Amino acid sequence: MSYLDNILFAIVLIIGFGYFISNIKKIYRNINLGIDVDRKDNSKQRWKNMAMIALGQSKMVRRPIAGVLHIIVYAGFIIINIELLEIIIDGLFGTHRIFAFLGSFYNVLIASFEILALLVIVSVTVFWFRRNVVRLKRFVNSDLNGFPKNDANYILYFETLLMFLFLFMNASDLHLQDIPGGYSHFIKAGSFPVSQFIAPLFDGMNNDLVAMLSELFWWLHIVGILIFMNYLYFSKHLHILLAFPNTYFANLNPLGEFDNLEAVTKEVKMMMDPNADPFAAPADGDETPAKFGASDIQDLSWVQLLNAYTCTECGRCTSVCPANTTGKKLSPRKIMMDTRDRMEEVGRNIDANKGVFVPDNKSLLNDYITPEELWACTSCNACVEECPVSISPLSIIMDMRRYLVMEQSAAPAALNSMMTNVENNGAPWPYNQQDRLNWKNEN
Amino acid sequence: MSENLIVPTMAEMLAQGKQPEVLFWVGCAGSFDDRAKKITKAFVRILNSANVSFAVLGTEESCTGDPAKRAGNEFLFQMQAMMNIELLNAYEAKKIVTACPHCFNTLKNEYPELGGKYEVVHHTEFLKSLLNDGRLSIEGGQFKGKKITFHDPCYLGRANKIYEAPRDLIEKLDVELVEMKRSKANGLCCGAGGAQMFKDAEKGNKEINIERTEDALETTPDIIATGCPFCNTMMTDGIKHKEKEAEVKVMDIAELIANAQDL
Repeated sequence: MSYLDNILFAIVLIIGFGYFISNIKKIYRNINLGIDVDRKDNSKQRWKNMAMIALGQSKMVRRPIAGVLHIIVYAGFIIINIELLEIIIDGLFGTHRIFAFLGSFYNVLIASFEILALLVIVSVTVFWFRRNVVRLKRFVNSDLNGFPKNDANYILYFETLLMFLFLFMNASDLHLQDIPGGYSHFIKAGSFPVSQFIAPLFDGMNNDLVAMLSELFWWLHIVGILIFMNYLYFSKHLHILLAFPNTYFANLNPLGEFDNLEAVTKEVKMMMDPNADPFAAPADGDETPAKFGASDIQDLSWVQLLNAYTCTECGRCTSVCPANTTGKKLSPRKIMMDTRDRMEEVGRNIDANKGVFVPDNKSLLNDYITPEELWACTSCNACVEECPVSISPLSIIMDMRRYLVMEQSAAPAALNSMMTNVENNGAPWPYNQQDRLNWKNEN
Repeated sequence: MSENLIVPTMAEMLAQGKQPEVLFWVGCAGSFDDRAKKITKAFVRILNSANVSFAVLGTEESCTGDPAKRAGNEFLFQMQAMMNIELLNAYEAKKIVTACPHCFNTLKNEYPELGGKYEVVHHTEFLKSLLNDGRLSIEGGQFKGKKITFHDPCYLGRANKIYEAPRDLIEKLDVELVEMKRSKANGLCCGAGGAQMFKDAEKGNKEINIERTEDALETTPDIIATGCPFCNTMMTDGIKHKEKEAEVKVMDIAELIANAQDL
């Protein structure tokens, strides 16, 4: 009896999961580069949101075609992966279809996996056509040029390949099961509504060859899954995991409510307090003065950074952005992609410098996101409302505007006059506050 | 001919030892912008005719700080907010109504954390409650049978999920309410939010207000209704750009109700 296969399988599993976990740790570390923000409140509502939006995909179906197809692929992904459990046990212990003892329930399981696999192939094919033949605007926008466009197609190819391997594995198995008198360990188990149409391909083939092919499909399938799992870290496909924490930790306040910067509150209160001594030493003297707004990823909150990793670049945000649809440079999707790219760059920097970030004279602002993009935003919240996984590109835009205005005094000239007016006249226009009630007596 | 609007100020009320039922926050547009002043007056006419006890801050009112905050100037915003809060708290304001969704959002959502906790309602909500309480009756009048489409202001709709109050009021006018292809949560911005009102747009191939005006014109309306002085400006400009000002009017819901009753 040879245990070589089983040992090899265990090694493959350990490498697959080991590399995956090491990258997950990196993601966790990078997200924690962000500043703290409390999202521990109202856990009941948060669980509900996660159940509805991530698990229940409630926002996906706002666009019915993509929504329904996505639910098929998602259900396929979750349900077919139950099969993984059997594959791993079989692989580690040298068994074959260990759950076959479940009898007719096993048949139902395998049959539903097969039907889902077929539906996934159909859905993924439609997705591919939407991207590459129909070329929906949000899939061909310039912010996807380069890797992002390929990434999207790689995912589709991978999913199709995995489904075919699964079906071919079953087809060859079925072929061997049906050999009169039985063949080796291929016991009669399972029901194969889809792969029964593939099985005839093996007719006339040498039985040993079919058994070898069956083994090969089995191996390619599981190794393929492990590779795909490890590809997540490098891909927009990471959303299949992060959509859950992201919807949980999302903002629960009304969309119109922007946070009040605490550091500013402190200073304003001191300015307005008639008893405050402007020359007094600050109570906590060692405190470094706060930086107002964000110019790089370390100035954003961990929720915003989690948002960036969660973004799957579907572009629904950009397709409803009033600035983008009227030809301005701003694309909310690009804001999220840029944030992730910069975060990865900072992460690589930390890896290369033994755990410490060495300044690289670059920043999210200017090197990735330009002021022109930031100033085109109308803060209308369409992008936030549209996002199927509760990402807020708007909050990043606002934090970066704050940096431009409060740290660099770099607002467009017209906004500077508006702000001067607010400061001097209590209105954004140059009218006298004493004239505020004049309308009462005008005709 | 000067009309007889009764507009008491909080200071006058206080001098008489009275507290109004509601404080009407007029806002900068409502105070200074010629078009928006008409909305302010229409709303006051309704308040007067419904015998609502209200008061304004008058010359004591100052910008909420909304445009400064959206532009990124948190300092200026919080200075404005704290001054206003000091004033509102000194008058012991409880309930505030405003016809500007930007003031509404800021007062309602961003002031509480800074010490300003009030019940804040948009004028469409307030008018709806007057209607529900039987203090206001709405009739179609000159608008009967007209085709009206409602443009959702972002800071009323998506920002605060108020979609029904303005529509309920419009429907009371015996009119045909038609929805644009993008409405409610999917509504398209008029282009003025986020302090865009006060600057030129970035380079692009179209102005946002033109895009939105086209949405509205697709419904072939007689009137485009709004509930925001800035949306009103943007849509009015859009209609002028399309040379449709003879056929299509842009009106605030308060104006529709006041005019329908010849107030």
